[in-house]
Amino acid sequence: MIDGLGAVQDVLVVGGSSEIAHAIVAELAVKRRLRRVVLAGRSMDSTVSSMRSLMSDVDVQAMSLDLTKTGSIAATLNAGWGNGFDVVLLTAGVLPDQSRAERDPAVAVDAALVNYVGQLEAGTAAMSKFREQGRGVLVVISSVAVERPRVDNFVYGSGKVGLDYWAIGLADSVDGKAIRILVVRPGMVRTRMSRHLPEAPMTCDPSDVAKAVAKNLVRGPSTVWVPSRLRWVMATLRHLPRPIFRRLSPTGAEPSGNAADPR
Amino acid sequence: MPLELLAGWGRTAITRTELVEPTRESVANHVRSGNSLIARGLGRGYGDCAVVAGGKTVSTRQLRSLRVDGGSIEVDAGTSLEEVMKFALPQGWFVPVTPGTRFVTVGGAIAADIHGKNHHRDGTFGSHVEWIDLLLASGEIRRLTPGDRLFWATVGGMGLTGIILSARVRMTPVETARMSTVNQQVKNVDALMDMMVRADYEWRYSVAWVDTMATKGSLGRSVLSTGEHATLSDARVKGDPLAYEPRQRLTAPGFVPSGVLNKWSVRAFNEAWFRKAPRKAKKGLESITHFFHPLDGVAEWNRIYGRNGFIQYQVVVPDSHASTVPCMIETFATRQVPVFLAVLKRFGKANDGMLSFPTTGWTLAVDIPAGVDGVAGILDEMDERVVGEGGRIYLAKDSRMNPRHLASMYPRLDEFRSVRDEVDPSRRFMSNLSQRLGL
Repeated sequence: MIDGLGAVQDVLVVGGSSEIAHAIVAELAVKRRLRRVVLAGRSMDSTVSSMRSLMSDVDVQAMSLDLTKTGSIAATLNAGWGNGFDVVLLTAGVLPDQSRAERDPAVAVDAALVNYVGQLEAGTAAMSKFREQGRGVLVVISSVAVERPRVDNFVYGSGKVGLDYWAIGLADSVDGKAIRILVVRPGMVRTRMSRHLPEAPMTCDPSDVAKAVAKNLVRGPSTVWVPSRLRWVMATLRHLPRPIFRRLSPTGAEPSGNAADPR
Repeated sequence: MPLELLAGWGRTAITRTELVEPTRESVANHVRSGNSLIARGLGRGYGDCAVVAGGKTVSTRQLRSLRVDGGSIEVDAGTSLEEVMKFALPQGWFVPVTPGTRFVTVGGAIAADIHGKNHHRDGTFGSHVEWIDLLLASGEIRRLTPGDRLFWATVGGMGLTGIILSARVRMTPVETARMSTVNQQVKNVDALMDMMVRADYEWRYSVAWVDTMATKGSLGRSVLSTGEHATLSDARVKGDPLAYEPRQRLTAPGFVPSGVLNKWSVRAFNEAWFRKAPRKAKKGLESITHFFHPLDGVAEWNRIYGRNGFIQYQVVVPDSHASTVPCMIETFATRQVPVFLAVLKRFGKANDGMLSFPTTGWTLAVDIPAGVDGVAGILDEMDERVVGEGGRIYLAKDSRMNPRHLASMYPRLDEFRSVRDEVDPSRRFMSNLSQRLGL
């Protein structure tokens, strides 16, 4: 149950190895009502044990979930639903090597499955459960990348666009009180996923995203940008003439190194 | 079946529930239907005690009948105390216990084991109940008397043992529907607590309104209000002595922006309230409504907190830790928590209710806007202290306590659970409160 001051007890994380998710869980734990955290993802064991050591009074569990295995995700979620969750975090994300993703259909599809389709299935299943239990908050980690395609990450961005579009529509379809959707659009976040990339302006930390989530969890706008001024920056960039916008994007420079995969 | 958005009186933590309003004949069908259930009266529980998300919230408001029999009433659970008073006062009978609002039902009064300004003398509402007809999870209706363990699990049991259908309640004989009162300003909390200990012996009813925003020498300045039922020998009683015509003059506006009640507006209000009271002890003759139910004059006053809603924090600390009261008031004052009129009251002895709140000592109740930063942490610190001193939080008001304190605050919790398990082994009766606290 979410209490009268917005403190949360039971959380399901889809994308259990995401650093942003861990920061959100840590932030939610500040109010000292966390009771159960279920981390869904592939091979979660070490993540679960490290989270347990950080939060001895919270029941931390793993749920084995592969977001590329669409069709089975909803059933897995339903089976592990137990007494219900107050909050479900959709925090999975994979940033594929852009040039490989442009050439290798398997890489592109894999990214789309994790970034969009798998989370669509998980989120849809969670929403059915929310309607049944009469309450729940779905937090969707989108990205500012959804606002305008850029040549260096449009494969990644295309998945996030689907997820973001779905979530914004969903937010409008619910009452926003008992059942609520929070769409978070961070800029570049300092995580394993982006470590190999040059730091963009207004890059933030997972803890900044977590603070924005905690602040807007039970009330406030249903879409937030992190940092918040990115909203206005992106509103401007979105309307820049294309030739100018292209010149602002790094083109030929292909990112090197392996993108981490925080599914 | 469409689900409705429902919360407690504090309008926090809104959830969806199927709200049904059965008659006496159909209520058992809902119990047999298989959903999670909780009874709800007039929804004056501040937190999440009378709603079950995703389940069936069973309004008792179709269960209304009432008859006076000797010095007692036999009354259906959905009948409000206002309805009871309107019916019984002209016949010379007053409710044995009333809270600060007349808009609570008899079922809710028993389930929360409510108290009033006369607790030091007369105990809780449950102490005046002769029997309860309780609809169990099995569909059976059982008549419980104070000799039954289930009776004392139901009194204060927050609706978790079943649905209270009706009860027989001993009433208080009165000669008039007026109160003979004394009101006065008290300059600070220390003086107040001395006076209240003495007032316990002299007055049947006593309560203090405390300005928790005042600091330094005025810390906890208050208005002490004491009273007795006026008798016919009181020459000031004019007209029909038992006339009772409660009215609501105002209705709070439908939309109030959040933050209207902030530390400045609350300070100004508290100041005005304090100054309005007589400086020296002043005798008066007041109506029942004026003395017991001043806030009922404004319908839906809970809306003034805006859409963020508010919480009420009510604790009791034993006499041995009376010094906690000024410390709490000082915390509210120095941390500038916008508390709109705190209420301080002395409690007499506890009864046999397993989850009944009142126990000998001091009880402080404060209303706080839910959107204020830092309140959660301040209240958590207070909880630690209160629980360490053998005090507790009132479940009918709670919307935020830490579940790990529950067993220390309510030492008879296991006994309650074992009695409940006998009549509701599959936990059909549950509320958002019971799920949040693992009750």
